[in-house]
Amino acid sequence: MSSANSTSIQVKNLSLSFGKVQALQDISFSIASNRILALIGPNGAGKTSMLNCISGFYHPQKGEILFNGQDISKLSPSKRAKLGISRTFQNIELYTGLTALDNLMAARHVYIKYGPLGGSFFFGRARQEEIKNRRVVEEIIDLLEMENIRYQVVESLAYGLRKRVDLGRALSLEPKLLLLDEPMAGMNVEEKEDMARFILDIQELKKIPIIIVEHDMGVIMDISQQVVVLDFGCKLADGTPAEVKNDEKVIQAYLGKETSSNQETDQS
Amino acid sequence: MWRPCGVLDDTYEKDIAIIRTRPQWIITGLSLFSLIFLPMMVSGYVLTTINLTAVCIISALGLNVLTGLTGQISLGQGAFMGVGGYSMMVLMNHFGFSFWLALPFSVLNAGFLGLLFGLPSLRIKGFYLAMATLAAQFMIPWAIIYIRPDLTGGTSTVSIQAPSFFGISLTTQSHIYYVIMFFTVLIIFLVRNLARSKIGRAFVAIRDNDLAAEIMGVEIFSYKLLSFFICSLLAGLAGCLWVIWMGAINVDSFTLHESIWYLGMIIVGGLGSIPGTIFGVIFIRALELFAQFLGPLIASYFPDAIGASIKNGISPFIFGLVILLFLVYEPRGLAHRWEITKHFYRRWPFSF
Repeated sequence: MSSANSTSIQVKNLSLSFGKVQALQDISFSIASNRILALIGPNGAGKTSMLNCISGFYHPQKGEILFNGQDISKLSPSKRAKLGISRTFQNIELYTGLTALDNLMAARHVYIKYGPLGGSFFFGRARQEEIKNRRVVEEIIDLLEMENIRYQVVESLAYGLRKRVDLGRALSLEPKLLLLDEPMAGMNVEEKEDMARFILDIQELKKIPIIIVEHDMGVIMDISQQVVVLDFGCKLADGTPAEVKNDEKVIQAYLGKETSSNQETDQS
Repeated sequence: MWRPCGVLDDTYEKDIAIIRTRPQWIITGLSLFSLIFLPMMVSGYVLTTINLTAVCIISALGLNVLTGLTGQISLGQGAFMGVGGYSMMVLMNHFGFSFWLALPFSVLNAGFLGLLFGLPSLRIKGFYLAMATLAAQFMIPWAIIYIRPDLTGGTSTVSIQAPSFFGISLTTQSHIYYVIMFFTVLIIFLVRNLARSKIGRAFVAIRDNDLAAEIMGVEIFSYKLLSFFICSLLAGLAGCLWVIWMGAINVDSFTLHESIWYLGMIIVGGLGSIPGTIFGVIFIRALELFAQFLGPLIASYFPDAIGASIKNGISPFIFGLVILLFLVYEPRGLAHRWEITKHFYRRWPFSF
């Protein structure tokens, strides 16, 4: 399963508002293939809104999202899924009543080719399609080391494992662009290390661009090649981790203004 | 996902099989084979009940696809059965169609009408959708009674001719049994497969998390409508079979009361479970018979005036009580009990 490794995504002058609240203001950035881009910023900066715009939950009022040159900002989420945009969710939005395996198989939806009638008889082609796609899913199960939870209903799984199933489901869609919304939220160090390893494995194996939203700066600085910093819906900085780390505006956004704090110390 | 102990799969083909061991195949074969001889072994009344139960299984399966798998509540299942039944009656009595020719048209008619009443589901969920389908339950019987009473017979009972099969007129219950049982077994087979196919997974995805389903490439609107279509298609088929089972049709057979009974059946059986549906229907039908037997018995201990109302009230009372108990103590229905039993049997003596 090799994906086309010339994916590019380009966000151009994107603006999104809810009533008077400006969630995103004139954001532009682009990401080349085979890169991990991290979206960071304080709470409420618009990181998840950005991901929602790319995956199709939100429709931005202005701007374009070019996916391999095609503007996708008007397409429905399921159409974008067919193009190969896949994502995980901050609050694990799995199909709780299905097994881990079926969750992954459900994400093969766009690749499994048979209709309702074929599915009802489950014979010949339908059966072959199921098995063919099962092979693909099993590779992902293998990659993410979920063999032992394959037949467990997601409802009964622990939090860390659910996060993993969520990632597996996103991968089953054979993404050409992978969006990860806080893949490490609420995890302990060991689980975070596992997850970081999986993300790097995926990048290595699939050579696809990955956009990751995460609060853990250590992880971000280690695994990403490009960092975009948002604050109050505006883009503050865009560059390599090292560049961003030393950017004055970024330091201000995270730690407050140095000048004002100096004044405070002067007064005291 | 509990499978026979010690049976290990070495291919995906084996892994996705429903019937996995030789004994299971033999049992399945024998059960199906013995269905052929059932009408020769049981008396008229029992056979009538079996036929009715089988018809209800078809309808309840339809409802379980919609409510159990896709998570859309419908209170109009009875009405869609009526659509199937009345289409059949009108085609046979007024247009001279034979049963076999009228069947596909009637079934599709119910299916497309269900699709129409499924349209609100694209915008509304839960209680609000239940209300919208309730509209179907009120509009359809009204339409049957008032729009063309010359065709439908209004509120009166209209009898239909018994269908014939290669020259044999299917007049008795045991003849009808074969027709009904053929369709019931076929529908169970098809729905069970549908539930484990791509379509079934998409349905459950919509039930469990419709937003994520859409992000993962499921076209929610088409699949919701497909679910409504399948549901009312099966309701229509059940309605057609109901008509030839009764030999007549009356609008009173397709009331809101019936629709709620179907919901009760799938709740007791287990939402989203195909074996559960079968258990649920059999359980509720048996309960109804039990109430019919219990009613006069209890009534005989009371003075006539009170006795009569007890006799009428006992069936809904027991029904309500059972639904309540199931919701509290076994919300996953008889299907879950069945899984536990199977699990216990397979692991014995190492049960836990």
